[in-house]
Amino acid sequence: MLEFKDVTKWFDGAQGKVTALSEISFSVQPGELLAVRGPSGCGKTTLLLIAGGLLSPDSGQIGLDGQDPYELGPEMRNKLRARMIGFVFQQFHLIPYLTVRQNIQVASLAAGANEAAERTQELISHFGLDDRAGHVPAQLSTGERQRTALARALLNRPKVILADEPTGNLDEDNAKTVLGYLSQYVSDGGCVLLVTHDVRAAGHATRTLQMSKGRLIA
Amino acid sequence: MTIWSLLVREILHRKLNFALGVLSVMMASGSLIGSVTLLRIHDIRTGQILEAKQVELAKSMAQLKDDTRKAMLKLGFNVVILPKDQNLSDWYADDYASKYMPEDYVVQLANSKVVTVRHFLPSLQQKIEWPERKRTIILVGTRGEVPNLHKSPVKPLVQAVPPGTIILGSELHRSMNIKVGDDVKLMGKSFKVQACYEERGSKDDITAWIYLAEAQELLDKPGKINAILALECHCTGDALPIIRKEIAGVLPNTQVIERGSRAIARAEARTKVEEQARQAVENEKAARATLRQTREHFASILIPVVVTACAVWVAVLGFTNVRARRDEIGILRTLGVSAKHVLIMFMSRHVLLGVLGGALGFGAGVASAVYFSAAREGADVQVIGTDFSWAGLLLASVGGAAALAVIAGWIPALMATRQDPAVVLHEE
Repeated sequence: MLEFKDVTKWFDGAQGKVTALSEISFSVQPGELLAVRGPSGCGKTTLLLIAGGLLSPDSGQIGLDGQDPYELGPEMRNKLRARMIGFVFQQFHLIPYLTVRQNIQVASLAAGANEAAERTQELISHFGLDDRAGHVPAQLSTGERQRTALARALLNRPKVILADEPTGNLDEDNAKTVLGYLSQYVSDGGCVLLVTHDVRAAGHATRTLQMSKGRLIA
Repeated sequence: MTIWSLLVREILHRKLNFALGVLSVMMASGSLIGSVTLLRIHDIRTGQILEAKQVELAKSMAQLKDDTRKAMLKLGFNVVILPKDQNLSDWYADDYASKYMPEDYVVQLANSKVVTVRHFLPSLQQKIEWPERKRTIILVGTRGEVPNLHKSPVKPLVQAVPPGTIILGSELHRSMNIKVGDDVKLMGKSFKVQACYEERGSKDDITAWIYLAEAQELLDKPGKINAILALECHCTGDALPIIRKEIAGVLPNTQVIERGSRAIARAEARTKVEEQARQAVENEKAARATLRQTREHFASILIPVVVTACAVWVAVLGFTNVRARRDEIGILRTLGVSAKHVLIMFMSRHVLLGVLGGALGFGAGVASAVYFSAAREGADVQVIGTDFSWAGLLLASVGGAAALAVIAGWIPALMATRQDPAVVLHEE
């Protein structure tokens, strides 16, 4: 489903080129939750952004359901991303002036509005947000915010979820709940690439890769 | 969920930013529309003032002309046409002509197309000794006014003396105790007294008027007269050369003398008043033009300054808005929303801001200009309302304001589209 082949990425730094990713190769299949662990600054987020079609690699290839998103034009890549990938972030990135329902529905802006309302309601119920559907993010707990973000990621029925430290801001109970939802998504045939340094999160993974200084070490 | 519903919700969320933008565009549009309206009201008001002054001038001029005409009539004939060979020194000394011309001249004059004189009165006058009364008198023979065939008939200044009658000046009838209806003899011919004049303080007091043909017979001047009296039309400026030219064209063997300087002085005074009144209108016109120029100059400085300041302020608000929505733009792009849609969303916000600001600016500008004009200059607001094309002005205001907002918001909107989601997300 998601495949990295010899992907390298570097950035221009004050001291010259800084290698963020060095010849990374791995794949994630449907029904798999792959956790990539490593310390801060090891290149986990860069890996996720490249997987999501948001940051082009300097060399190597990405396969997303057999298609390299970086071979597509910006418009097609946007559509591919909207249709196939769901994102979950540590900071939730909810739009502050939209309610829970609207924040979930916002994912239909690019992917199309077919069945968006019904799907939104289904997700609201699924994530136990019925009584919070009309509230804006500032009125939600952190757990509710992350559940809202997770619901938004699932609105378009993506084939891959890319999760960047999804439990980083959550207490243990909420972290367990969110990881439970991700596991359920995987058991329903989805695949998840989870980058984290949280041991609890890695515990829910079907497979774990260790990363250090831009390289996969295990 | 659509881009538009997102736009409306964002505006409702960041009301202050949007309201400040609307206010700014409103100020720019208001100052422009206010200035334009003020100048248009000024023009309408100027038209009204000048029209009122013109009407007032025309009315007073008609009154002055009528007054002059009446004064001229009261003062009587003021043009004397004499035979060309008449020595004027003698005429001034004797007050009557010693030379004669055919009576037919008056008919020629009346039938001509002269316009500068009218009320033609042929006369034959001579200082004589009234033999029966042993008195020196001036005998005037007249047959009444000869009507001008080319002009509308007018009431004669003097009534004709019927044949066989005589009219006497005050000194004559008083000193000789003659009354109306008495019979008197003059040079052996009997006359019935037709009228006895009141004292006039002139040679008329020692004058006797009889029918022209009878005077010609008594003075042995058949078919002759020695003067034609006429009334000069009131003409602007020095009319005498024109009168002389006209009469010379009809009666080449005559000369023209102008009398009645008091009437002429009054007419000239009135002409002067007319000139002054016209000058006052011109002065008013010039004063209004100067005031308009001052206002135009003020507007030409104020408008660019206000519009530029407002555009900069709208741009600053635009940058602030983009900065505040950096995270939102990042997540929208991550969710697949294209840069084009982000641009549309931001530009639509500016179009809406411009349209609202333009409409409010139109209202504020027109209201301020109308209030200023009505309160400070006494302009009639109802007349302004009927003379104005509000729709065009509203359209210009809204269109111009929207264009201003779009131009001011263009760079911030472009900045929003270039927001790299990877950078935003990487900064977590």
